[in-house]
Formats: sequence, C-alpha cells, structure tokens
Amino acid sequence: MKQALEKIELCAREELAKIADPAELETLRIRFLGKKGELTAIMKQMAALSAEERPAIGQLANRVRSDIEQALAEKTAQLKAEASALKLREEKLDVTLPGKAPKLGKLHPMDVVMHEIEDIFIGMGFDIVSGPEVEYDYYNFEALNLPPDHPARDTQDTFYINDNILLRTQTSSIQVHVMENRKPPIRVLSPGRVYRSDAIDATHSPIFHQIECLVVDKGITMANLVDTLNMFLKRLYGEECAIRLRPHHFPFTEPSAEVDIRCFNCGGKGCSMCKGEGYVELLGAGMVHPKVLKNCGIDPAEYSGFAFGLGLERVTMGKYGINDLRLLYENDLRFLNQF
Amino acid sequence: MNLSMKWLADYVKINAEPKKFCYDMTMTGSKVEGYEVEGGKIKNVVVGKLLSVVPHENSDHLVVCQVDVGSNEPIQIVTGANNVKAGDLVPVALDGSDLPGNVHIKKGKLRGVESNGMLCSLGELGLTVHDFPYAIEDGIFILQEDCKPGDDIHDAIGLNDVSVEFEITSNRPDCLSVIGLAREAAATYALPFEEPKPEYNGVPGNISDSLSVVIENDKLCKRYIGGMVKNVKIAPSPRWLRERLRASGVRPINNLVDITNYVMLEYGQPMHAFDSRFIVGNEIHVRNAREGETITTLDGAVRELSPEMLVIADTEKPVAVAGVMGGEYSGIMDDTVDVIFESACFDGASVRRTAKKLGMRTDSSARFEKGLDPNGCMPAITRALQLVEILGCGEPLNTVLGCGMKKHEKKTVDFDPKWINEFLGTDIPREDMVKYLERIGFDVVLNKIRVPSFRIDIEGEADVAEEVARFYGYNSIPGAPLKGVANAKLTPAQVMQRKLENACTALGLYEIETFSFISPKYYDKINLPAGSKLRESVTIRNPLGEDTSVMRTTVLPSLCEVLARNYNLRNPEAWLFELGTEYLPTTPDKLPDEPTRLSIGVYGGGADFYTVKGIVEEIFGSLGMDDVEYYAPEGECAFDELSMFHPGRVAVAEIGGKQVAILGEMHPAVAEGYGIGTRVYCAKINVAELLDIEVPEKTYKPLPKFPAATRDISLVCDDGLPVAKLEKLIKNAVGGVLEKIKLFDVYKGEQIAGGKKSVAFSIVMRSPDGTLTDEQADAAMKRVRKALAETGAEIR
Repeated sequence: MKQALEKIELCAREELAKIADPAELETLRIRFLGKKGELTAIMKQMAALSAEERPAIGQLANRVRSDIEQALAEKTAQLKAEASALKLREEKLDVTLPGKAPKLGKLHPMDVVMHEIEDIFIGMGFDIVSGPEVEYDYYNFEALNLPPDHPARDTQDTFYINDNILLRTQTSSIQVHVMENRKPPIRVLSPGRVYRSDAIDATHSPIFHQIECLVVDKGITMANLVDTLNMFLKRLYGEECAIRLRPHHFPFTEPSAEVDIRCFNCGGKGCSMCKGEGYVELLGAGMVHPKVLKNCGIDPAEYSGFAFGLGLERVTMGKYGINDLRLLYENDLRFLNQF
Repeated sequence: MNLSMKWLADYVKINAEPKKFCYDMTMTGSKVEGYEVEGGKIKNVVVGKLLSVVPHENSDHLVVCQVDVGSNEPIQIVTGANNVKAGDLVPVALDGSDLPGNVHIKKGKLRGVESNGMLCSLGELGLTVHDFPYAIEDGIFILQEDCKPGDDIHDAIGLNDVSVEFEITSNRPDCLSVIGLAREAAATYALPFEEPKPEYNGVPGNISDSLSVVIENDKLCKRYIGGMVKNVKIAPSPRWLRERLRASGVRPINNLVDITNYVMLEYGQPMHAFDSRFIVGNEIHVRNAREGETITTLDGAVRELSPEMLVIADTEKPVAVAGVMGGEYSGIMDDTVDVIFESACFDGASVRRTAKKLGMRTDSSARFEKGLDPNGCMPAITRALQLVEILGCGEPLNTVLGCGMKKHEKKTVDFDPKWINEFLGTDIPREDMVKYLERIGFDVVLNKIRVPSFRIDIEGEADVAEEVARFYGYNSIPGAPLKGVANAKLTPAQVMQRKLENACTALGLYEIETFSFISPKYYDKINLPAGSKLRESVTIRNPLGEDTSVMRTTVLPSLCEVLARNYNLRNPEAWLFELGTEYLPTTPDKLPDEPTRLSIGVYGGGADFYTVKGIVEEIFGSLGMDDVEYYAPEGECAFDELSMFHPGRVAVAEIGGKQVAILGEMHPAVAEGYGIGTRVYCAKINVAELLDIEVPEKTYKPLPKFPAATRDISLVCDDGLPVAKLEKLIKNAVGGVLEKIKLFDVYKGEQIAGGKKSVAFSIVMRSPDGTLTDEQADAAMKRVRKALAETGAEIR
C-alpha cells in the first residue's frame, strides 16, 4: 500500500509535468484527488490495515495528498503566469505611433506675451485698463502736451477720421482717461491697438500693439521708475537681464528716457543683432510731464508720476525669434501652431 | 544732423575715439545713429604723377602710363581714359587697394601689357563734381591740390573727416547746429566752451539807402534782418568749406549759396540769399500770401499759395515762401551782382503748416517748425558777412537792416535742488547741479535760473531736473521700490475674455489677430444687404489704401479673409477664433461704439454645422450660461450678417430674450467668392452684451440617492419639425421628475416616407424623494406619447 501511494505521487507528478493547458489541470485533480480519484480509492482501503500500520500509512497518504495539491497549485500558478506573460507579449504596441486626443487650440503668440506681461503687473498691483481706439485728438495729442502743429506730431503719422477724431497713435491716450476718472494713487497698465500710417513691411505695420504703464501718487520719483522697470523686465526676461536708460524726448514726459536692454545674443559685447551697440532699444519712459498732470486735473505740486510704454510686437518677435512682423497678422496656421 | 568732427574741433577739442564720442554723447541726450569715416572704404590709394602716356600696342583706346607713386621706380598702369597727359597728378589705386562699392584692385595684364594698378575717377573715389568742381565726371580725376607723388589720397584731397549722424529730438532745434552740438559735447566732457562772437569789417554804406523791410504780420515773423553784399564774385567755394558741407551731407553749389548753408549748419539759423536786382521797389514785405498768388520755387515747381501762408515779397509779388524755400527767379545766378542775405525768425507752427500744405519739407522748414530763437538771427547774419570777407567773394555793407528787434529777455525758472532730488530720487549736491547747468549756458542765481533764449524747451522745474539728470547720468539714479500697497484685479470683462480664450483653445480653436480696418468691398463679399446699417462705417480720411480704409462694423469679413488665406495655403483644416472689436458709428462728431465680439470660423477636420453649434454651446457653458435657445432665424434677426450664411443652415442663439450669437454654414456663393472650395462654418458671439446677462453663482446640488428610470421613445414626424420643439413637449409632459432628454438618433431615408424623419430619444427620470416606480415612469411616458402624437407624429 505504501508503494501504491508512492506510485500515485510519482504518477501525478509526471502527469502534471506534461500539462500545458490550464483546462487539463482540473481533469488531473479529479483523477487523483476527486471523490472517485485514485488517492481516494487507496484511502478507502485503509480500514483493512492493521492498527500498527494505519497511522504510518495514514500520515503518508495525507502527505501525498498535500504534495499533489501543492504541485497542482504551483502548476496552476505557473500556467497562469505563462499565459499572462504571453498575453502581455502579444499586446505589445508601437508606442511611437501618434497619440489620440482632442487637439487643443492655441493663443496667438502676441496674446501669450500680453497675458504674461499683464500677469506680472497684476502681481505688482496694477489694474488693467483700456480706452477707445477711435479717439479724440485731445486725448491722443493735446492733453499729452502735443498741441496742434507740434513738430513731434510728425513722428506719429496719424490716420484721421475728421479734424477732431483720429485713430489713436499711442496708448498714452488711455492715461488721460484714467487720470480724469481716478484719483491718485494710480497704478494702471493699458494695453491696446494703436495705428500709424506706415506701410506694411517686415518691421512696420499700420496697426500694432502698445502696453503702457502709469503710476501717479505723492512722492513718485524717477528712482521708482528705474526700480519698476527693472522688476518688470527681470520678471519678463529673467534675472540676468540688464537695462540702461538714455535721455530722450517725449512731449508727455519730463525727464524722458529711452530704455535699452542688454543684447541677449552677445551679452553686451556688441554683435550684428545689436549693430555693435551691445544694447537694443526696448521702450520709452519718463516722469509724467507736469502739464499733462495739470491737463488731467491732477495738481503737479502735490503729485508726480511716471509712465512707460513698449511695443508688444517687438517683445513677441524678440521672445520667439520672429524676423518678420507680417507673420503676426497673416494668421497662417503653420505659423500659429508653433507657439 | 550730420556733424563734421573737423568742424566741431573749431569749437571744442575732443580726444575721444569716434565710437566713444558717439556713446558719450548718446548718454547725455544727443543720440547718435552712427558715424562714418570719410573715405573709410578707400585703402592704398596714393597721389601719382604721370611721367609718360603712350598708346597701347594692341589697342586703339587704351594708353600705357609710367607713374611716379613716390617709390624708387615708377610703376606702369594701363588706362582707358583719354583725359590724361604726362605731368598730371592723379589718384592711383595701387596693387591690393580698396575702393568704395567693395571694389578691390589687383595688378594684371590688359591686352598683354602689365598694369600695376588703376587711375581713379571721382566716381571711383565715391565723389562727385560738387566736391571738386574743377574735375570732370567722365574721366580720370586730375588733381589740382597741393600734393606730391606718394601722398595718401585721403590727406591729399581732404577726405579725412569723420561724420557723426545725430538724431536730434524735436525739442532741441538748438542742437541742429555745429555750435549747439559743440556746447553739448563740451558739457559732456566738462571742457571749456565759448559762445562764438562773429565780427566783420564791411564796406561803409547804409543799407537803408538800397533796401527797406516791413513786417506786416509780426505774429508769424518775430524778427527779420537783412544784410547786403555788393559786387559779389560767384565761384566755387574753397576746398575747406566744400569739405565741411560734404561731411554734413550738403551739396556745395557756389560760394554765396554755400555760405547760407554753412551758416545754417553752424548756427542752426536758416539763411536765404536774394539777387537784389529782382527785388522790385527795393522793398521787402513780410506778409501773408494773397488769394491766387503763386511762386516758382528754387526747385522749379510752381506753387499755389494761400492766405494763411507767410511769404517774403517785394512790392509786386512773393519772392520766397517764408522759412521754407526761395523763389527761383530771385535766386543767386552766375551774373548776380548784389546779394541780400536774410536772417529771420518765423513762427514754427506757421512754417510747419505751410511746408506740409505745399508738400516740401526743407532743411530750413525743419528747423523753423521746431521754434527758433529770435536772438539767433544777428550772430548768423554777422557770420555770413564775415564769411564773405574771409572768402573774398564780395563787399558786405557794414550796416544791416533789422525789423522786430525788440529785446527778448532770458527766461527765468525756479531752481530748487531739494525738489529736484526728491523728484529724481537722488542725492546730488547743489554745487554739482550748478556745475552741470552752467556748462550748458544756464545762469544760476540763488534760487533762480536764467535760461538761454535758444533753449525753447526749458519751461519749468521738471525740465531743469532733466538737465541735471542727464549730466549726472540716468544710469546713476538708484532704483527705489514703489511704496504702499495696491490691490489689483481683472475686471469682469477681462475675466470673461480670459474664460472665452480658455474655452476656445480647449475646443481646438487657434487665436488670430486681424486688422481693424477693412475694405468697404468686404461688405459685398459677405453679401451684406444693400441697406444694412453695417455698411455705414467710420471712414479714414487718409487711408494707406482702399483695402484698409474703413473701420469694420463686423468682425466676420476679417475672419473670412483668414479662412480663405489658410485654404489657399492648402492648410487642410483651420479652426480659428478672434476676440475682436467692431466700430459702430454713432454721430459724426462723436466716437463710435467699440464692442468686443468673438468670431469663430472652422473648416476641415470633420467639422459640420453641429461642430460649430457644439463649439458655441460649450462656450456659453464655460460662462455658466446654460439657458440658451437656438433656432432658425425666420423672423427678426439682430444680425445683418445673416445673408452670408446658408439659409437652411443658420441659427441664432438667444439668452433672456436677446439674440446674442449667430452661427452656421457659410453660404456657398459667399464661400465661392472667397475662393474656398469646401464647407466653412462661422459664428459670431456678441461678447459685450453677455456682460449684462446675470449668471447665477454656482451652488452644490446633492448627488442622486435613488436610481433613475430610463425610457426610450422613437417616433416619425414631419422633417420640418424642429427637435427642440419635440424636446420642449417631452419636458412639459414629463414634469418635475425629468432629469435629461438625450437625442440618440435622427434618421431620414429608406423605410421612412419622404418629408418625414425618424427621431429617437432616451428620457431619464429621477425623483429626489425615492425610487420611481414603473407605474410612475410609465404614466409619464404615456403623457409624453400623447403630447407627441398631437403634433401628428407617429410613435413607434
């Protein structure tokens, strides 16, 4: 009987080793361990054994049963693992095929830069304000210390609707509206479209965008202007950005300055991009002219202010290395989808 | 303004290299655009003396010259010129020399004969006959200069100046002069500078005997000084004078004319010279032009004058347009005997208007229009008469005739160093400020500054602060953070715009930027009705062209242009949006309204009518506006652009009884007009009007506790019956337990009779109070079937 048990075990192990299909496992289990299985049949013969033999054989029978059960379990696990591995192998994808998803659209590159600048100024406590594009001569010129026949009007070739109404040539016109409608302290950023009668070419457009910054309060100094410019430009261009101020003339600021930024290409040494200057002209700035404050009903003896304005196209083109302004208004998708 | 560095050296000695000089001047406010070393492109060109000139053995138009170029042996050069002979001094480009225009000269053979360089013409040196009137244009430049073989050509012909180009801002006409820039340069380098005081002897004679001057309009002419030069000898100017004019970018003409230009460049005061023979009555009247008067100006053009223009006239007619240009017939000619010099001060605005109206901006008008100093007239005319003496080209009378000689007092402004430091945010000592100011000719007396009269720009303390700041150094001003707290936030309109941008890009649309002005023909292109109010645009009086001549009253044509452009560029699909402005006229003397619009245009990428509708639905959804009704605009339509859409595929969206959007497929005829060969879908949303719509704050609704009951229903109805109407009937029939109606099929075609369609809905019902029983759900569906059947629909 002992031999019969050992034979069953040996036979079960041999059969098990041959199995490749998980379905056969159950057949095997029934054959050896089932109610009518071979092991059960042996066990039924236990009663015929002597009292001395029974415990030893009983023990052996239990061990054989549990060994077969364990072998079955291991085989089951093995086959499952193999099947799963095979399935995973079969399911291998070419991960380099393109992804599928609803396509996002994109903002125009100028708008991307505009939002970046707006957000910087919101963070610095500036409201964003706008004003009319079709504007009275008064707001665009006269209130800004550019009376009729002022020679500086020539530098801004103007589109006129009639003698008193024009397309604004500068977002500075918004300054006047703001100062008329708000009392200091004033901190505003006024972005918008401006118009000058320049024919379209790689660097000119009859429509372009300016972003103007205005601060009016008691005790505002040129040092505040320098600091604000630095803070804004470092946030826009990074900490390594450096600027310089040059005296200039704008009728609506006094003192006036042009602000140059150190050439990103050569780091200030001078190269073809900065025409050997080491710096590139970026924006105009200055202390609000006392006459402008006065024209807007703000007492220049009590308040002072500063303003600066920059061209969105120039900043955008510089940021992305765009060399032709016309691309910004042609709206070719092959251009728009690059940003 | 081009400044000759040699000329500058008459007034201030600068040691800096040109590049450093340009930088330093720029940083104190006289912006330099660039500089040019005269003859900088000429290298290895020397004076040569022709020893012999013999015919070339193999050519009948070439000659072979032996040339002494200052070395031991003469060199041989072959030339084609026929104006050379032995003994001539000529410019010789040696082997390995450079000439303007990237010309490089090397030795070689011409028809078998060795040639070791080139004899140069004026043109080859970058010069013209105006620079050397004795030379000819067409041939070798035969030098009449004091030079010897081997001399460098730059020194031999005075081509060794540096010309610096300044961009002078409109507030500083005083810097449109050598003296003005010398003053600035001296102040920049803290060098001494003395105001020049020209003098001349003159021949005795009272000018009043031969000329009288009457200023008839003293508002437009503040001062007029006339000088007289007798027995002039018209000839080319001497070389030094020609060189300076050339370096300043002015063409030399003849000595008398050159003197007027020289004085203008040096003093910044425009001058004019008349031939006194042609001043009828020997009287000069500074007066307004008379109606219908004309003048032929120096450039040969006949100009029609109008009464607001100021002219210089004799007793009969205008002889010059004041401050702009002289008349042709009274100008200096070769046989001129007596010359009248004019040095006057005309009103800037008047000169500007006149020059603009006549369309001729001159060096003179460009100076006058910025506002000149009446006190500048006398030194300028004195200098002109002095130059006549120096050049020996006539006999200046020792008297001049002055009109409007009322003394112009120096302007006085306050000087408050404390205020200046507070304004600039600096700590500059008073004595430094005084130093800076005195260098540019300001007199500081206690707390007052007397400003030189040529500084028309200085009006108040802020102007003084700028003068201090620019010599202290703008970049020496320290930064100081703004003080105080400011609270900023986006306005509701800005928040809405950003939401719209986010929604549009999330929906796959690309943002575009289009011009705000369009061609009026664009209204035809979108098929706008003839009488539409949108055809009344704000019109630009001086447009660049018809294409950009009116401010758009609708954003859609701009969008269509971009769609068409992308289609023509063969971009297979375009999904676009723009947040743009329309310009809607009010009354002619008032500004137009400028509402913001969202325009959307799509073609390709599987887009159809329901794509653009879905986009619009999602956009309203992103703003929290869920109660939007869409319908075919059969009655009144708020959008005149309706006619650009396919009549059967267009819808308007209405919120709160107001039509706020139009959307649909572009009319095939319109698309054809744009050259678009595929179906295009557009929408326009009146963003500005959306701001008035109240959107309820979002509040949490409890998630459903009880299961929903879902019932499907399918029906066949008239094709013309809108699904929205069926949905409305279902909604009313189900009542409060309705959660959702989901359309899942619309079918036309086989098995459905003509003019009919099959529609199928899934109706989801749910009660917040308990599980709906089958009886409740079935009862609701019974009501639905009844309601639908009343429309004539057949329930399946």
